[in-house]
Formats: sequence, C-alpha cells, structure tokens
Amino acid sequence: MNLTLKIWRQSNAQATGKMVDYKVTEISEHMSFLEMMDVLNEQLINNGEEPVAFDHDCREGICGMCSMFINGEAHGPDRGVTTCQLHMRMFKDGDTITIEPFRAKAFPVIKDLVVDRGSFDRIQHAGGYISVNTSGNTQDANGIPISKHAADEAMDAATCIGCGACVASCKNASAMLFVGAKVSQYALLPQGQVEAVDRVKNMVAQMDLEGFGNCTNTGACEVECPKGISLENIARMNREFLSANVKS
Amino acid sequence: MSVLDSKVPKGPLKTKWTDYKNHIDLVNPANKRNIDVIVVGTGLAGGSAAATLAELGYNVKTFCYQDSPRRAHSIAAQGGINAAKNYQGDGDSTYRLFYDTVKGGDYRSREANVYRLAEVSANIIDQCVAQGVPFARDYGGLLDNRSFGGVLVSRTFYAKGQTGQQLLLGAYSAMNRQIARGKITPFNRHEMLDVVKVDGKARGIIARNLVTGEIERHSAHAVVIASGGYGNVYFLSTNAMGSNATAAWKIHKKGAFFANPCYTQIHPTCIPRSGDYQSKLTLMSESLRNDGRIWVPKNMDDVMAIREGKKKPTDLSEDERDYYLERRYPAFGNLVPRDVASRAAKERCDAGYGVNATGEAVYLDFASAIERYGKEQAKIHNINNASADKIYELGAAIVKAKYGNLFQMYEKIVDQDPYKTPMMIYPAVHYTMGGVWVDYNLMTTVDGLYCIGEANFSDHGANRLGASALMQGLADGYFVLPYTIGDYLSHEIRTGKIATDTPEFDAAEKEVTDKINFFINNKGSHSVDYYHKKLGNIMWEKCGMSRNAQGLKEAMVEIKALREDFYKNVSVPGTATELNAELEKAGRVADFLELGELFAKDALEREESCGGHFREESVEMGGEQAGEAKRNDVDFAFVSAWEYKGEPGDAVLHKEELEFNEIELKQRSYK
Repeated sequence: MNLTLKIWRQSNAQATGKMVDYKVTEISEHMSFLEMMDVLNEQLINNGEEPVAFDHDCREGICGMCSMFINGEAHGPDRGVTTCQLHMRMFKDGDTITIEPFRAKAFPVIKDLVVDRGSFDRIQHAGGYISVNTSGNTQDANGIPISKHAADEAMDAATCIGCGACVASCKNASAMLFVGAKVSQYALLPQGQVEAVDRVKNMVAQMDLEGFGNCTNTGACEVECPKGISLENIARMNREFLSANVKS
Repeated sequence: MSVLDSKVPKGPLKTKWTDYKNHIDLVNPANKRNIDVIVVGTGLAGGSAAATLAELGYNVKTFCYQDSPRRAHSIAAQGGINAAKNYQGDGDSTYRLFYDTVKGGDYRSREANVYRLAEVSANIIDQCVAQGVPFARDYGGLLDNRSFGGVLVSRTFYAKGQTGQQLLLGAYSAMNRQIARGKITPFNRHEMLDVVKVDGKARGIIARNLVTGEIERHSAHAVVIASGGYGNVYFLSTNAMGSNATAAWKIHKKGAFFANPCYTQIHPTCIPRSGDYQSKLTLMSESLRNDGRIWVPKNMDDVMAIREGKKKPTDLSEDERDYYLERRYPAFGNLVPRDVASRAAKERCDAGYGVNATGEAVYLDFASAIERYGKEQAKIHNINNASADKIYELGAAIVKAKYGNLFQMYEKIVDQDPYKTPMMIYPAVHYTMGGVWVDYNLMTTVDGLYCIGEANFSDHGANRLGASALMQGLADGYFVLPYTIGDYLSHEIRTGKIATDTPEFDAAEKEVTDKINFFINNKGSHSVDYYHKKLGNIMWEKCGMSRNAQGLKEAMVEIKALREDFYKNVSVPGTATELNAELEKAGRVADFLELGELFAKDALEREESCGGHFREESVEMGGEQAGEAKRNDVDFAFVSAWEYKGEPGDAVLHKEELEFNEIELKQRSYK
C-alpha cells in the first residue's frame, strides 16, 4: 500500500516543531508500524535527509519504550497493543497517517517523536518499592500464602509497562492510571502493607510535583492502555490515599 | 600452564561457596562509603547488582542506553525462572538442578560455578517474593510451578508469560530504593563506549550522553559489565533492537578474554519471518511446550496442499501428522532441550516439510491440551456429557489463563487465532552462552573489571536450559558478585577518589571521539542497517544452526571484507552533538563486524558438536543415536578464551580445561 505520513519534526527540546509530510510506497500489510517507519528512515537516509527519531527497543510490546500518538490515539487504532505491535493491516492503501509524540507537560519532547518520561521514574523513586534488603535472608517464599485472587489482581496491576499512553490519552495529562497501578500492586499484597501509608502519599506528592494533571474520570486511559490496566486501580489508589491521610 | 586461573576454591563441591564466603576479605561499612562502583547495564544482572552494592554502602553509578533501567531486555523474558525449591515434591534438589544444567549445557560449563548457581537459586525466589513480585499461585495461596525443556521436574516459577518483566521490575524497585537514598546515580540514555585502565586496573569508563552527544568520563574503583548478549550479530534475533555487544567487545579489546563466542542458542519456538523488511523476531515462550505438541504433515502432498491454501492444518487427522519430537525422543518428547528441538525442526524443514510459504515453519498445536483441560474442567464442575463445544470452551479458558498474553501477541503479529488453528513456529537466535571470560569471582582477565549475567560465559556451557537465564542474572547480581567484589575492593580502601583528568582518561576519550567523528564525516553511500543485514545473513547461513569448516572459513573472509567495505562506505546522517540513533547503531555494528569474525574462528576451531554448536563433520554415525550431535571430550573439554591481538582473525586461543569431578561425562540422550 501507498501512504502519506504527517510526522512531527522537532530537532531538539528548545526548537519549534512542525508537521512534515512524507510518502511511503509498497508497504506490506504484514509489516509492523515501526517496520514501516524503518522503511521511511532508510528512504530518508538514502536521500541524504535526517531520519525521524523515535523510541523503540524490544519490538514485542513489553519494554514500554515506543510511544507514538497515531491518528489521535496513543499506540494507534488497534486495542491492547503498543506501537511496535500495531500492524499495517489496520490501515488502507491511500491513507494519510498523522504521527505525533506523546504530549504532556511532564513528558517534554527531546527530538521528533522522542519524549522524556523521567517523571515516571522519579515517581517510583518516591515509593515504588518494598524496603527489603536483597540479602536473600528473608523468609521462605511459601511462608506468606497469598490468595490466588489477590496474586492475580496484583499481577494484573503489575503488568503496566510504563509507556505513558495513559498520560498522552488523558485530556488532563493525568498519570493516575500509572501511579494507581503501581500503588495497587503493592496494596494488594501483604508484603506491601507495612509501608502502604507512606508509599501512596509520597508517590502522589511526586506525581503532583511533576506537573501531571488530575483525574476527571473520563476513562480514555483505560481504553488506550496497551496492557488493559483497569480504572479500578485509580479507585484503589484514591482509597489508599484517603485512608493514609485519615491515619496520619 | 595456562594464563587462565579460574580461582575455583579447593574443597568439596557442596561446601565450596560457603567456605569461600567465610574466608574472603570484607570491607567495613565506613570504608564502603569511599568506594565507587560503575555498573553498565540495568537488566536482571546489572539491576540486582547495582541495588545490592548500593545497599551494602558502595557508591554506585548505573548506565543504560534505554530511557529507564526498567526497560532492559530482561523484561522480555517470558516463561519463568528455575529454582531448586522442590515445592512440588517431585524429587528436585540443588544437586539435580546442578546436574540438569551441566548436562543441558553439554558438559561445557564450569562445575563449581554451576553448583553455586543451583545453590543460591532458592534464595532468589524468597527474595523476589519479599520484594512483591507477583508469582503465579495455586488456590491454596502457595507458589505454582511449571516444567521447562531438558528436565523431568517442575521447578520453574512464573508470573504469567511475563516473568522477566516482573523480576526486572523487582530489581528496578530495589534500585529505586537506593536511588531515593542517593546511593545509586542512574545515567539513563547513556552508552558506555570504552573502559579506562590505569596501571592494569579498570578505573572507569567513557560514556556518551545519547541525548546531548556529550562524552563523559566516570571513574570508579571497579567496573561491572552487565550488558547482555550479542545475539544481534545475526541482525534478526529475539533481542531488543538496541541490544548490543559494545561494552563487552570494548573490554575485550582492552584485555578481557572473550570465551566461547560460537555458543549461541537458537530458540525453537519463535514466530517465523515473513519478509525482507523484518526487523526482529518474536519468541513464543518455551513454556508453551508444556502443553503444545509440535508437528509437520507426514505426507508431502499435505505439505503442498497446506502451502497452497487448499488444506488447513486442522483438516489433517492424527495419523497424517508427524509429531517428530515425540517420535524421535520418546522420553522427553516436546520438552527436549532447545538445541535439540531447533535442530529437529530444521531437519524436517530441510527435508521439505515446512508448512508456510517460505518452507521454514512447523506447527505448535494446542488442540489436545485444550481438550484435555476441557474434560478435566467438565469433571471438576460436574458437567456430564459435555458437548465438544463446551469442552473446547472450558479448555480454552484454562489455556488462556496460562498463556493468554502469548496467544494475543501471536494473533496480533500473524493475524491467526492460535486457539483455533495451530501456531506456526521456527527457530531463531535468542541467547548467547558465550561471552566475556570470568573466573569464579566473576572477574575478567582485567583486574577490577567484572562481567555478570548473559554478558559472561560461565554457567550455561554450550546450551542454556529454559528459565535459567533469569536465574543466573539474579544469582550473579544479588548473591554472588556482592560478595566476590568485596574481596577485591578490600584492597582499595586506601586508594581514594580516582581522578579523571589523567592521561589514561584523555587517551580513552580521544579514541572514542575520533571514532564518532569518523562516522559522522565518512559520508558514504550505504546505511548502517545495510551492513548489519548483510552481516546477519552471513552469520545465519554459515554460523547458524549447523556449521561446517568450509562455510566457517568463508564466513571469516566475507565478514572481514564486509567490515572493510563498512569503514569505506557507511553513511551516518546528522551530527555527534544530538540524539542520533544512526550514530549509535554505527558503533554497535562496527563491533558486531569484529565479533562475528571471532565467532566464526571459534566455531571453526571447535571441531566437535556440542550444545548449540553443531558441526556437520561431527555426528554419531550408527546405533540408537545415529544422526545426533557427537561431542568430543578427549580433545575439546575446554573453554576457548580468546585474547585480542589487533584483528579478530589474529586472536590467540587460551584453553581453560574443564574438570568434572561430580558428574560423569556422558552422551546427552533425551530418547
């Protein structure tokens, strides 16, 4: 298929960006979206132009590095996938595709489609852990029985890949789904209870400090999340946060 | 006497590690505050090492090319992590895990290292659970296990099909705790481009800030390389796009010997390639072989009919299918080790039985598992005379719970529903057992320079068993290196801060800068990928699943010629002072173009078949094992450690003889 691409080009964080049109031809429907971008970049390099910078790494939907906003949706039109898992069979010959970076105040653009998601890391430094030494001298793993239901729910929250699609999709650029998933994973497990009060308070405080917006229950984040992280996690975080503030 | 000293402690195998730990030197907490350690790579090995070293009190700097430590490619490991817990009461033990790993590695690993790995494996699970890793549990709330290839017990712990992700997030959370305390300084979007040696000791690195292009100097009392494997030398592999050998190769060029480069794991269950544009291959976890049955049609007519779309795989009756692993290896069936399963798939496809258009695919079929689970569920739920549809529905739900994310991944890539039609799979490059040579302390042949995880060579011999990579990464990082590095650092307490304004740092930085400027100014006619794909093609055709002397000699010549062409004609757009993905790739491919040649040389030298290294000249000619790989213990029971001498082809071989005191060397039989 032949396609027109409208891509955000911005040479660095300080520069003013703009949309630029490109044409690609003979794109196979079996290609992934990023393989289509590879074709474009090879074409640009061979023409002596600068290739489009975009983040990507594992190309199997788990590292959370890829981050494109395609036709107005984080990770594009398919559901339950990252951009690297999006395939060209979702598009038609002759389509025009708009490709932008994930946009949020807390995700400044580094170059073209590459953004800085360091704010997510800093939220986790604030409390995304259980304070246990890595000596291995803990109790036996089966010493803490955990109901299958709780373990499965914690796992569902823990599958978040930290890509930032939730933030990019939210009209308020809120990070509540991401932080909610992190808080939930630990809140659902007995190991996480000891520090629960401080954890939720510190992580929420850092989230606010980074300039993420508030949640107004639109639910776009849940729809666009490639890993199906549910809104329940936001509700759980709100409960944890409320009870933490009541307790202290 | 070899120049290699493995430093394996004396004494009985079972107590070596404990005795050794009891006698090595320690650093007191006040002195640890004055000692700096650099860790390059933040996967399971690097992340766990950084967290533990920081927790002990050292000042740690971590480096990763990704935008966050949590994105290292350990995250993509799917199936599980082994540990000798014997929670299933099926006869597992430290010894058995040790035995399986040595046997699985085709008797080419170092006994003492493997025993230590098995010994600390159980602690890993305890540690991870304490950190909040949500491993799969059964209804009683206790941990669940599954089986992996090459073993007869269930010792694999898992978190759905995302075990690597969960373990890495666990290590990353431990890092976060130390970052918050200021004990780890993370340098993300940074790439290490050389090691700096002062008076023979590793004293720092030169790194490039990938956002600004700035070249930075970082000093430390010890440097730890945990940068993963070199599978991307094949261009197409299951590795991440950025996975590279640069850190490992740069230290090799500065004196660290490189061991067994030819030991590469070609994983049997990956999604077949579909076209020339393909950028990477996707693994379908080995755990699927617990429930999936692998087959090709028995008759060539059916193969043709399937390729032409006239028949579907589900049209073939049981007798029209060749479950070739069950046929050839009745004892282990679909759970033979990876090297054996891969070669068997190649054998069928080479014979013309491949089931897709390229002729390079076999089926992995879940129909019998779905039926078996369905019947079991019908019984559990007291459904009498359940219809076939009901049984399918109940069974598919169980399969979905176990492998849902893998099935979804397959469907998104191939656009077929694996619950209804068998998956198509083919072997692909996945893991490299070879790597930087290290002694028992995990120190390389350069003082103060350590190498852990996939980047080193030590534990998996010539073939790694499934679910053992995660085990080794975390064992090295959490439980081995933090002890052994202390023994070295105990002699560094009087060294003081290491200056970076020295001739050694000047020289290293100049070398790095010159190389970068060369690439930017070369203005050639071909992209970096053009060369990477060509290299990958040579590697796959001549150093792939089966190798012969003539092909390997040709590969050496071709890779050298390609490297020369690369330096003449490669084109890198943009500048050195900005985010420049092509520049990053150029440096990495330049290193692969050297490593590939050493790889072929190593494979040529090793005139035996062992594990993932299959030499066509060395096969069993008769008897029950006819056609299977033939190992040669008399001449090749050694580790090949290569010393860099200016050109990869001139590397000098040093042998570390392997001694087996606890295990009898046997033909590896899975029949």
